[in-house]
Amino acid sequence: MASIFELEHTMDIAWCPGCGNYRILEALKGALADLDLKPESVVMVSGIGQAAKTPHYLRVNFFNGLHGRSLPVATAVKASNPSLTVIAESGDGCMYGEGGNHFIHAIRRNPDITVIVHNNMVYGLTKGQASPTSMRGFTTPVQVDGVCADPFNPLAIAIAMNATFVARAFAGDTEQTRDIMKKAISCRGFALIDIFQPCVSFNRINTYQWYKENTYYFPDSYDPSDRSAAFSEAIRTDKYPLGILYEATGRPVFNECHPAYEHDSRPLFQRTGEHQKIENLLEGKR
Amino acid sequence: MKKRDLPHADLSIVLSGEAGQGLQTLEQLMLKVFKQAGYHVFSYSEFMSRIRGGNNSTQIRIASRNVQSYRRRIDIFVPLHAGALERFKNRITHETVILGDKSVFDSEYIDHGFPIVDIPVSEMARNVGGEVYVNVILVGIFAALFAIDFELVEERVRSMFASAGDERLQKNIHAARVGYDRGTHLLKAGQVFPVIPRTEDAAKWHLLNGVDAISFGSLAGGCTFVSSYPMSPSTNVLVFLAGCSQELGVVVEQAEDEISAVNMAMGSWYAGGRALVTTSGGGYALMVEGMSLAGCIESPLVIHLGQRPGPATGLPTRTEQADLEHVLYSGHGEFARLILAPGTVEEGLHLTRHAFYMADKYQIPVIILTDQYYLESNHCVKDLKIPKALQERFIIQTDNTYKRYRLTDSGISPRGIPGFGEGLVCVDSDEHDEQGHITEDFDMRTAMVNKRLKKIKTMEKDSIPATLKGSPDSRYLVVGWGSTRTVVEEALDALDRSDISFLHFAQVYPLHQGSLDIIRRARKRIIIENNATAQFEKLIRIATGIYFDEQILQYDGMPFMLEDVMERLDALPKEDR
Repeated sequence: MASIFELEHTMDIAWCPGCGNYRILEALKGALADLDLKPESVVMVSGIGQAAKTPHYLRVNFFNGLHGRSLPVATAVKASNPSLTVIAESGDGCMYGEGGNHFIHAIRRNPDITVIVHNNMVYGLTKGQASPTSMRGFTTPVQVDGVCADPFNPLAIAIAMNATFVARAFAGDTEQTRDIMKKAISCRGFALIDIFQPCVSFNRINTYQWYKENTYYFPDSYDPSDRSAAFSEAIRTDKYPLGILYEATGRPVFNECHPAYEHDSRPLFQRTGEHQKIENLLEGKR
Repeated sequence: MKKRDLPHADLSIVLSGEAGQGLQTLEQLMLKVFKQAGYHVFSYSEFMSRIRGGNNSTQIRIASRNVQSYRRRIDIFVPLHAGALERFKNRITHETVILGDKSVFDSEYIDHGFPIVDIPVSEMARNVGGEVYVNVILVGIFAALFAIDFELVEERVRSMFASAGDERLQKNIHAARVGYDRGTHLLKAGQVFPVIPRTEDAAKWHLLNGVDAISFGSLAGGCTFVSSYPMSPSTNVLVFLAGCSQELGVVVEQAEDEISAVNMAMGSWYAGGRALVTTSGGGYALMVEGMSLAGCIESPLVIHLGQRPGPATGLPTRTEQADLEHVLYSGHGEFARLILAPGTVEEGLHLTRHAFYMADKYQIPVIILTDQYYLESNHCVKDLKIPKALQERFIIQTDNTYKRYRLTDSGISPRGIPGFGEGLVCVDSDEHDEQGHITEDFDMRTAMVNKRLKKIKTMEKDSIPATLKGSPDSRYLVVGWGSTRTVVEEALDALDRSDISFLHFAQVYPLHQGSLDIIRRARKRIIIENNATAQFEKLIRIATGIYFDEQILQYDGMPFMLEDVMERLDALPKEDR
């Protein structure tokens, strides 16, 4: 069934045949439709890379900005108009490498945004160099003797910083991914979904098959409110967990604890200036 | 203090202390007390990049007319710690009265007959309750020496220490009284200073500095969002606006770095905010990719850059005008931008408001270039009003046929924001089509480049002409920009040289064509800039092919002093040889 998030015209999609991105896109369109959101009220913010092109392929507002900088933009969009649904979506290089500092500080601020990271453990658009999540020993034309650094662990970092919602999905499982996305978008606060996404052109190690063999879903008995347990799961390397690892409660949301919204809930574009108050302030300078 | 070198009564007091001694409190109180008494006041603080110790100073000018520039001359020097005099030995003459605690005077000044007024301020302060009271005691002394009513001093002390708690407030009032009595005693004993006639109106004027100018200008421009990373000398704008956040509904966020700050600002504009970033040269360097993004996605953006000397960390708390080329050429690719550089507080307020208007109307990045001298100088400003029409807004309510980058004759596409109307607002840092989607179509690329650059032409009708002081046909034309305005104007007022005119640019890029004609017609051209390579002269040369005849440049980290500018200008030959 075509949802209102489907493009009205055909578009030349820049992804390789068989790319995991297609399934992530399907899951996202499904999740947005399931949530009964309106395209005009959804803003997607992305950086640079193949994953960052996602917003072009569905009917939403988007800000496709600079490499690594989607989170400051997304934070500000939400803080300027809290009625918008804001989703930041980009790849592992963009979010965890170039934008690593913003990733940390966005979790600290806890804006009510959803962050979807296509994690294929490789740089695709620049043709096959290591990414921050590439495994130790992964060889590339640049890391000729293999990567000699440990991979960035976004889930462990996010849980360590008490992020509001921390999940991992696998692009191969569209339905589960769609379900996780719905929960992430519905939750209030910073929601991270790290999505294992096979790169069929540049990563011959972490393939669809590899992910299937090296991941597992949580049983129903798993309690995502247990932070220590979640952290233990996040640092596992024998097998990688899929599903909602952690949900924090009670963290204030960025724009709501901001003084500018204390007495005024209007989005910024509806604020037309306070001439008299500014005059009064100036009067104090006599 | 017999010889007066200015045509009006004018007194220069320099207060010199260590970081942490409360010089700022002293400065603020002195300014307010003297202004309230009817004097025109000016102050400039220079300070070291440290929290304690070292030596900082504040010059306070007290005059019978409005003054706005830094002077070499020191009539009264107040050293607050040992060694303070040493740093000023080139500016202290036998006409300078050294006032304060003799124990901190270097012996050479005591031994060589410099006029000294020994007041044991430290001991007096300890008797009140601690060294911290030295500042308020000094304010009391000065008020008495200039026959200012004590009630006025008390009123100002009360207003400054209102939130300090009753005990501290009472001690400060007591300190003011102790100082005032001592000053009265000195006055009776014959310690007199030149009479500076008071005015009727100075008390009613505003007392403002460059930080106020940029901050009030932002508010008047409808600023609703500020994202910045602290960096001297721009931080006080961030501090000021943070203080208004709740009252005026402005979102103010300290970003994790300048890259985040500039990207947040564009996120806010995209979603309907009116965002400001305040920074200095080094912070701006990190924002450069963001400038280019603003160019490509045609985002409005207002950046205030308070200049300080570089390269790199340079002199963090000092002043310079050396980032003009930095802001002019920053950002890869070709796109329109506007650079403004106010010369006075009043101009700064109006230009900052104008910056928001221009950024919004033309969907371009606008940079306001100030510097430490501009930001940290306080002076009296008459009849300042916040324009009633706070800002014209250019966002539209979209319909479902909306295209963010619709090609138009003016180059400006009506700007929608998400969630306001039925359309989708799509912006992309890649080259894009009218809808905002990625394209690699060469014809579309050419059309979009042309559209973006067309705005430079469209903007011309809002171009701000340079301000000419004097005749366009005079023998000499001095050209300056930004913060040099007040010192050159005061120098020309003081000199009897009708053969010298001054052309001041507050819009430094794009250059106003009519103003360039004045330069083209000039006979002898002199450039004045607070930098080493005459960056603005180079910019004018690119536009006109003209080489200037003389350069007045200073790049030691300090602003121009009035006397230096007067000497340089007066040295210009009066007759044709």
